[in-house]
Amino acid sequence: MSSNAAIELKHITKTFGSIVANKDVSLTVRRGEILSILGENGSGKTTLMNMISGIYFPDSGQIFIDGKEVVIKSPRDAFDYKIGMIHQHFKLVDVFSATENIVLGLNDGKFNIKESAVKVKALADKYGFEIDPAKKIYDMSVSEKQTVEILKVLYRGADILILDEPTAVLTPQETSKLFDVLRKMKEDGKSIIIITHKLHEVLSLSDYVAVLRKGEYIGTVKTSETNESELTEMMVGKKIDLNIKREKPVNPVDRLVVKGLNCVNREGVKVLNNVSFTVRSGEILGIAGIAGSGQRELLEAIAGLQHLEDGDIFYNNPKTNHVDNLRDKTPVQIRELGVRLSFVPEDRLGMGLVGNMDIIDNMMLRSYKKGVSPFLERKTPKELAEKIIESLEVVTPSAQTPVRRLSGGNVQKVLVGREIAATPTVLMVAYPVRGLDINSSYMIYDLLNEQKEKGTAVVFVGEDLDVLIALCDRIIVIGGGTITGEVVGTEAKKEEIGLLMTKSSGGAKDE
Amino acid sequence: MLIAFLQRAVLQGIPLLFGSTGEILTEKSGNLNLGTAGVMYVGGISGVIGSFLYEQSHTDLNAFWAIFIPILCCLFGSLVMGLIYSFLTVTLRANQNVTGLALTTFGVGFGNFFGGSLIKLTKSDVPSITLSRTSLFFNKSLPFASNLGWFGKVFLSYSFLTYVAIAIALIMTFYLNKTRSGLNLKAVGENSATADAAGINVYRYKYFSTCIGSMVAGLGGLYYVMDYASGIWSNDAFGDRGWLAIALVIFAIWRPNMSIIGSILFGGLFIVHNYIPNLSMGDQELFQMLPYVVTIIVLIVISMRKRRENQPPACLGLNYFREDR
Amino acid sequence: MSNANTKVKEPLFHVVKRIGMPTWQSWLIRIVSVVFALIICGVITVLMTGENPLQVYATIIKGAVGTERRIWSLAQNTAILLCVSLAVTPAFKMKFWNIGAEGQVLIGGLATTWCMLNFGDKLPNWLLIIVLLVVSIVSAALWAVIPAFFKARWNTNETLFTLMMNYIAIQIVSYYVLIHSNPKGSGFIGVINPNTEAGWLPKLFGQQYMINILIVIFLTVFMYIYLKYNKHGYELSVVGESENTARYIGINVKKVIIRTMILSGAICGIAGFLLVSGTDHTITRDTAGGRGFTAIMVSWLAKFNPIYMILTSLLIVFLQRGAGEISTVFNLNQSFSEIITGIIIFFIIGSEFFVNYSIKFREKEGK
Repeated sequence: MSSNAAIELKHITKTFGSIVANKDVSLTVRRGEILSILGENGSGKTTLMNMISGIYFPDSGQIFIDGKEVVIKSPRDAFDYKIGMIHQHFKLVDVFSATENIVLGLNDGKFNIKESAVKVKALADKYGFEIDPAKKIYDMSVSEKQTVEILKVLYRGADILILDEPTAVLTPQETSKLFDVLRKMKEDGKSIIIITHKLHEVLSLSDYVAVLRKGEYIGTVKTSETNESELTEMMVGKKIDLNIKREKPVNPVDRLVVKGLNCVNREGVKVLNNVSFTVRSGEILGIAGIAGSGQRELLEAIAGLQHLEDGDIFYNNPKTNHVDNLRDKTPVQIRELGVRLSFVPEDRLGMGLVGNMDIIDNMMLRSYKKGVSPFLERKTPKELAEKIIESLEVVTPSAQTPVRRLSGGNVQKVLVGREIAATPTVLMVAYPVRGLDINSSYMIYDLLNEQKEKGTAVVFVGEDLDVLIALCDRIIVIGGGTITGEVVGTEAKKEEIGLLMTKSSGGAKDE
Repeated sequence: MLIAFLQRAVLQGIPLLFGSTGEILTEKSGNLNLGTAGVMYVGGISGVIGSFLYEQSHTDLNAFWAIFIPILCCLFGSLVMGLIYSFLTVTLRANQNVTGLALTTFGVGFGNFFGGSLIKLTKSDVPSITLSRTSLFFNKSLPFASNLGWFGKVFLSYSFLTYVAIAIALIMTFYLNKTRSGLNLKAVGENSATADAAGINVYRYKYFSTCIGSMVAGLGGLYYVMDYASGIWSNDAFGDRGWLAIALVIFAIWRPNMSIIGSILFGGLFIVHNYIPNLSMGDQELFQMLPYVVTIIVLIVISMRKRRENQPPACLGLNYFREDR
Repeated sequence: MSNANTKVKEPLFHVVKRIGMPTWQSWLIRIVSVVFALIICGVITVLMTGENPLQVYATIIKGAVGTERRIWSLAQNTAILLCVSLAVTPAFKMKFWNIGAEGQVLIGGLATTWCMLNFGDKLPNWLLIIVLLVVSIVSAALWAVIPAFFKARWNTNETLFTLMMNYIAIQIVSYYVLIHSNPKGSGFIGVINPNTEAGWLPKLFGQQYMINILIVIFLTVFMYIYLKYNKHGYELSVVGESENTARYIGINVKKVIIRTMILSGAICGIAGFLLVSGTDHTITRDTAGGRGFTAIMVSWLAKFNPIYMILTSLLIVFLQRGAGEISTVFNLNQSFSEIITGIIIFFIIGSEFFVNYSIKFREKEGK
């Protein structure tokens, strides 16, 4: 079997500290073949590919190229073995043209941009890319930038291409164009590994599918002999009972009504498409979806940090029974309306907290403006910091320690603790347990449940479906910026959510 | 009179041209070297020391050595300055602004200290060193220039260093736009992480461009002493020209070929008050701020128009550390 | 294929960021670096003069604090440098590189001069001094807010902008000095109101510089409190640390930039006032004397902490005056002190590397 394997991985294991990113993974890709690697967020797909492309080095296991064992220590080595990786985050110089980016760092004889441009054009034509070699990157759309990245790899003569979630940023039309190109490369004898979560893409494009789940290698199946439901099951696994308590919501009332949100990001890509849902008091609303499907923009829009093209966010004030529209209000204006909105953003140290400030000063971020005195009042934040350190068991030398020095779990406890201390009526949390150990995670779940009992409307954006199902009263699923479905927590099935998640923005068309 | 004005403008502009071309090369790697003023001082005094020693030890000057020794000393002095800056900012990742300013303090002090010491050695009555014999060699212009009327005067009447400056600026333009290494250098200044990922040695490029940039800028100091001041070094005479060179970088929007025109324009603006009749002394001072005002206007306009090609290198002032990604 | 490539050696050592270092340790590193720098400077001086090294250090100390007059002069110079350093600090904490303090000080000084010349005989002295102070603060703040406005509105590069503003200020002062030179045509304004002493800061306890020093002490305390205990000071640190966080908690970043630069300029204005009204009683284009640039180093070396800044500004002025004395005593050039200052700063900024990073050597090939 391995006689004509272009690349073969045997028993690859990689750990980061106590976290096992890849455990005993074996894969084979032959010439002229497309392999999809399927898995949820955090299942170790990207880590695995980074080992092939020389960014990480495996703890154990072997890599074979054309049947010979190789050691890949750096991106340079990978390039020498004709392996090219197209990362999710493009590495391009904005003010350079496509050609300039493609030849950057190369050493291939005489330097002549015009000649290189001709070669780039020829290469693009060969595989059916549309590209203007002289166009500057800053003028390009996301898909054009991706084209440049792919051409960069091909120009260097890569035979094995790895694409990390290439369709995450593309429109359906662009996706199908990309797939045509990939098929042409396959005919040309190239080996392609594509990382994705989208089932229909897997089925329409690849020859084989390898599935990873939580770092473990589940198996490889031939695409023609499988179907969506089998793959979903392999990907999400059997339901695990997490033993998270869930009380029935008490007197839920509509607290936040979101209607028809439309949002375009800085690159001009539509990230929210007609999103509508309701958040009720005393319940936890889960938002499931592949990372980057619009969750961040959605929460930021509600928090007053994201400009909307269209749509309304109505807040029903429990004290006055007055309904306010929060659309296009700044965070300060929202606070002035008496809306007690707390938000635990995904980027803890880059947005929710200031890494170089101590715990007390971070507590103050929310409250420092209170009062007319020009001076900061540190007594209350200090008490709060001490209370949080004690009650949430934050491991820190003191309340005067910069939060940057705390471990991930402790940073999160500080942030969640602060946001909850504001006695919110709406609490939004994004990936609150990412990178946390089991105990800290359960503490966060308990805190959310506590808030729910107090009548807070909780919005929980998560990635672990088991947790979402065990914790949330209702779960809405977002895919490609649209709501693809809503399920009730007590009745939800993982496969059902998994299927809804992998629908792309053109979901309606697929059905 | 117009011809005389142009000639003076060129003479004023060439030190700035050296300084700004050197600084452009440096800034293209993302290093904002505010020590250029100091580098130019050191370049100047190093050349002066070299030629002083040569003049003292030889009664008959050989044209080759009279030119070669100062230039070599000047390049060496400014190279050391570039190395200090690169070592602190690239290897030790010190703050670029602070390092640059410290380099200026050091460089200006170095220049004036050795200048002053040499003056003391010569026991002359005036506070300056005169190296007119060496300067004569530097000042030689093309022999047939005077036969060509106004054309000769405007274009051919200058010393060889003038043409060297223009040649360096043109070569630099070619280097930045037409060579592989130039492309790599620009990538380092625009996006160090991307350059690193493409296999470019970011640190090496930063070192090289800063050191070579310093050497070019140092020649500006030498030109000032040998050509503009006809071989007379007096302390602080060089003035604020180092900062004007940094201003010129912005005015030229980081393009060495624009710098050629810009330097002559700046030189002209610097001396135009001498050619406008009936100006009071005070008004002359006002005229001298024109280059800076023009630079600020350029800076504002490029930030308002947001044309990407005209922006400063995106990583300007930032040190690169791979593990920060 | 090329197996030779896999034999690329792992580098002998690599550099990693430190997560944290005890304060005492970081200060130890800095102190050691200053000691090293002093040794190097001593060696250079000995080479230059052939004197006994101990003699050299003794001369430095004597030059800085040898007589009562020198002590006062040291204190006065430290105060002015400290004042400018305090001015640039809030901007730096906000990561706004204000290197235009030189110009802002001059504009403050110019405003003072203008008032002294125009109102010198029209107002009672106490009122005149208040007017001087207010006018210098307002004009320097206005001068400083120009680059801030463009930074906030169009993200114009503030380092280059403020740098250019310095030279415009210098030329404006030169212009003013020339048209008001006294005696006419001398190119100098000369001592203003030498007979009436109108607009001069009065002596306090018989000491000419006492008021200057007291004002700067007050400003130091003010800035310390402002940065540490005031809401505005807190906001500007948040903006400096992370604009994203600032947005998240609803800080108006543009407003903070402009407000902070007004403060920065205002304190520069006070420094200009102190220089003209409290020290020189005249103005030249060199009145600021490069302090706008030295202040940047003072502030940065002190980690933007006003209390530490007392030490760093004292260190620099001490060295400058001590090295000045060396030049006089050993018959060297006055610029010697600039070389010494430069070397010491190189050492201190270089030492920061060892505070922020550690070097890990390659482990022995075990695998």
